Amino acid sequence: MTLLDVAALKRDFPIFHKEMRNGSRLIYLDSGATSQKPQQVLDAERDFYIRHNAAVHRGSHLLAEEASAAYEGARETLAAFIGAQVDELVFTKSATESLNLIAYSFSNTNSGRFALTPGDEILVSEMEHHANLIPWQQLAKRSGATLKWLQVTEDGRLDLSQLDQAINSKTKIVAITHQSNVLGTINPLEEIVARAHSVGALVVLDACQSAPHFTINVQELGVDFLAFSGHKALGPTGIGIFWGRAELLAEMEPFLYGGSMIETVTMESATWAPAPRKFEAGVPNMAQAVGLAAAIDYLSKIGMDRIQSHEEELTHYALEQMQAIKGLRIFGPLDMRNRGGVISFALDQIHPHDAGQVLDQYGIAVRTGHHCAWPLMRKYGVAGTTRASFYLYNDRSDVDALIEGILATQKYFKVN
Amino acid sequence: MELDSLYQEVILDHYKHPLHKGLSEDKTVQVHHVNPSCGDEITLNLQLDGDRVSDVTWDGVGCSISQASSSIMSDLVHGKTLSEAFLILDSFSELMASKGALSGDEEILEDGVALAGVSKFPARVKCALLGWMAFKDAALQGRDGAKK
Repeated sequence: MTLLDVAALKRDFPIFHKEMRNGSRLIYLDSGATSQKPQQVLDAERDFYIRHNAAVHRGSHLLAEEASAAYEGARETLAAFIGAQVDELVFTKSATESLNLIAYSFSNTNSGRFALTPGDEILVSEMEHHANLIPWQQLAKRSGATLKWLQVTEDGRLDLSQLDQAINSKTKIVAITHQSNVLGTINPLEEIVARAHSVGALVVLDACQSAPHFTINVQELGVDFLAFSGHKALGPTGIGIFWGRAELLAEMEPFLYGGSMIETVTMESATWAPAPRKFEAGVPNMAQAVGLAAAIDYLSKIGMDRIQSHEEELTHYALEQMQAIKGLRIFGPLDMRNRGGVISFALDQIHPHDAGQVLDQYGIAVRTGHHCAWPLMRKYGVAGTTRASFYLYNDRSDVDALIEGILATQKYFKVN
Repeated sequence: MELDSLYQEVILDHYKHPLHKGLSEDKTVQVHHVNPSCGDEITLNLQLDGDRVSDVTWDGVGCSISQASSSIMSDLVHGKTLSEAFLILDSFSELMASKGALSGDEEILEDGVALAGVSKFPARVKCALLGWMAFKDAALQGRDGAKK
């Protein structure tokens, strides 16, 4: 497998021409929050508006036909990307909406496997992003079900020692992240899915931090539902993915009602179109879906396996360099086993917000704060961390700049 | 460096040696405020003697800007009447909203003028205001409580 030619790749991303503070180049280490966009994606989105813009699935004119073909073509691209059937792939506006969609489908019904009653249990983990915690927490409140969670160990792994008690005959839903957006931990799904299915629970996977970075195949993963966002995978904002098994989508109640999602309507009642249309009320974010498909084409052309190897090499290099810095604590696994390209850290006597401010002076963009994972911060007894996250356009020179920036930060605040 | 306008020496001094940090036993009002974007928190105890701030103490976690600003605020309002404290608060709020245009009235704000540079960093204004907004909340509650 050949290494990525990062210098050549970077030329596809216009933002890297931008001059940052004090004349420095952009060292973008915040892809965990959102990725940068290649020209190919920007062109695809613009081209849709310029040449094909019309409301999809309506109208009998040429533009409506082209727009529908482009939108449905995007669906095929995304479905192939995760090994799904085309009709199982639903476009939403974000992963957050996808996860809420699933949670609301459970409270929109009184019968079948989606009905929740007091005594039922929903299992999440302590390392969930708020988007995969709060929808379940609030579903538990609405339905009377009990929310439970898997603990995280000191070294940033899920504690599966009590898995058989955590997932039991009362468990109806297991909602878990594929890769932690804070710790970089990739969770052992095989064990969790097997246990969940043995008691008849459904597994919801938050793939926001995994789908953009390595190969995902929903058949191999064995999960029941999956969500990820387009903007973290080189795509535009305003487009998210919701995937569910065909038989489950057929049973599920819709979350948003309105145009496009119906089969027949009278003044008194309505019936629903089959999936995926049932879950896509209103005119969808068409240009964004097309833009995301261009992003997926871009990633696929490079190869997800090459991207993963590249990020692993970079993360391994960064972990080694960072561990050599006095007064730096890393949250999450220190080895590369089941670990992705996200590194959260704290500097002794320097608050993350202050660290981020100094790094910004060198053109280094990192995320600081609780990373929408406040319970995890409490677990580790910190108000927040500083997080560097990598993608295909980063290389060792970015890691070197980060290391120098951290040392400069410590010097600025007279630490060490 | 642009950074030096943000992190003046007096701010770093307050950060390392904050004033009135550590909660008092007695209080008229206690409030707890958070900055939801970064997770910083402050608990503030206000002790009123009639209309006068007889004691204000605080505790919490936060960046150098929020800690220094809370330290400066607590020292400024100590011993003042509520109306005097509100004038200081208004002056500081105006400074923070100035986007770098104002340098602050040293007569009123004393060490607080060192925070003038914060107003050029929009993401940090909330840090600087965390303690002040907690005090404002406590002072209003204390005043309204006294009226009842």
